[in-house]
Amino acid sequence: MSNISRRKLIVTGLAAGAAGLGVAARLAQHYGLVPPDHRGIYGLGETLTYASQRLLTRHSLAREFSSSQISKPPFANEIEPLTDEFKRLQAGGFAEWRLSVNGMVARPASFSLDQLKSYPSHTQITMLQCEEGWSYIAEWVGTPLSRVLDVVGVFPQARYVVYFSIEPDTWDSIDMADALHPQTFLTYGMNGHELPVGHGGPLRMRVPRQLGYKNVKFITHITVTDDLKKFGKGLGSVAPEFGYAWYAGI
Amino acid sequence: MADLESVSAPLAASVSTSASSVPIATVPPRHSLLVRVTHWITTLCFLALLVTGAELVISHPRFYWGETGNDLTTPLFKLHIPASRRLVPSGYGYVLPDQNGWSRYLHFQSAWIVILTGLFYVLSFFFTGHLRKNLLPAKSDLSLRAFWTAFAKNLRLRRPPAAEAWSYNLLQRLAYLFVIFVLFPLVIWTGLAMSPAFVSAFPFTVNSLGGQQSARTLHFFVSLALVLFLFVHVAMVFMAGFWSRTRAMITGRPGTRTEGT
Repeated sequence: MSNISRRKLIVTGLAAGAAGLGVAARLAQHYGLVPPDHRGIYGLGETLTYASQRLLTRHSLAREFSSSQISKPPFANEIEPLTDEFKRLQAGGFAEWRLSVNGMVARPASFSLDQLKSYPSHTQITMLQCEEGWSYIAEWVGTPLSRVLDVVGVFPQARYVVYFSIEPDTWDSIDMADALHPQTFLTYGMNGHELPVGHGGPLRMRVPRQLGYKNVKFITHITVTDDLKKFGKGLGSVAPEFGYAWYAGI
Repeated sequence: MADLESVSAPLAASVSTSASSVPIATVPPRHSLLVRVTHWITTLCFLALLVTGAELVISHPRFYWGETGNDLTTPLFKLHIPASRRLVPSGYGYVLPDQNGWSRYLHFQSAWIVILTGLFYVLSFFFTGHLRKNLLPAKSDLSLRAFWTAFAKNLRLRRPPAAEAWSYNLLQRLAYLFVIFVLFPLVIWTGLAMSPAFVSAFPFTVNSLGGQQSARTLHFFVSLALVLFLFVHVAMVFMAGFWSRTRAMITGRPGTRTEGT
């Protein structure tokens, strides 16, 4: 092969490749396959992971275990020192704990824990995996997030659910595939008891198909949105601001 | 790819003027362009995976068997190294800085690139005959005797004859086949078996390994096997003449006979 025709071939190949990538990026964006932290040098890997897992795992269920496999006792990770506001609510037995839901919903609302518990409770025995490498299995009891989203009436153009902890600067978000997933719980019980504070009680977001850090503790607020750019630095959660991936299904 | 072309062209040209009157461009390269490019992409990705993988292990240098494992359970074994997290009982009085964020990003990005490169490489077998010509041992070599001869030759730690610069010997072929068709698939499988989302769609990939923590432990051991291969591979390259062999993997040509002696 002469040099000129080889060069031609390479240039044509590169041009075709670039055009193909452009089309692929457009399609991926359109079908919600691009994560909010897709910019930067690791954007390629993140987008490939998120897109391929969204295509393969949209409706798949996290593995469930038998009650004999529950870890005794479950390992509780470190938590930040509790805020005064939290301690005040804790002293009152969390009777005044509120979960407010707003954003792209027809009927914004605020729920007490008793209200959440008045909906049919669901149970899952699933694994919580920390990005560090350790894990445990527990029985989690709660209200599926989809139930609460039903009550407030999510607009069809909604794309993400953003959830906030009572702890300062602690929030995260999931796409609608995870938000409407039957195993995504607003969790208030664990292993037959109230959810302990060390595990995020009184209310923790449980996303069993993603790593531990997506399972934010002490949930007080939820916003439904079509655009994550409006939150924080626009990367979808605090995690990417500390260098961690937004999508943690790995 | 265009970059590599422009780098290799002038080098090949300079070799051809100094070596002999035979126009070297007519001799087929020792390693095809495809093999050279995929080799170095794989090298870069493997080193990135190795460094970031080590960083991730440091955040929890304990290994378990079964589904679960944490600081409250008995490990299968632990590495006696300092940890990058405060809660892990490492036995050291200090905590290393947390590097998991970029390590995770780079680990998975390198994994994607090396998997796509590997797929491209393996699929190319169907068009280039690389597997049959360069990797599968000749029928006559498939005897215990041939194997022992090759093994004994390698053990003597002598520089191989110059003719060997133009083809892989039996042990090389077996080692490369083992890495391509056993270790790489295993390390990908055990890696994916740690992903909670992936195993939600394909639970048998983790159940068959004995659980998520077993997958993590196996991933660690397969990585160690790959590191062992890397050491032996680089040691062999040194023995055979580092510059000549490395040049062959960059420009496609081992250089003149007198070089590297």
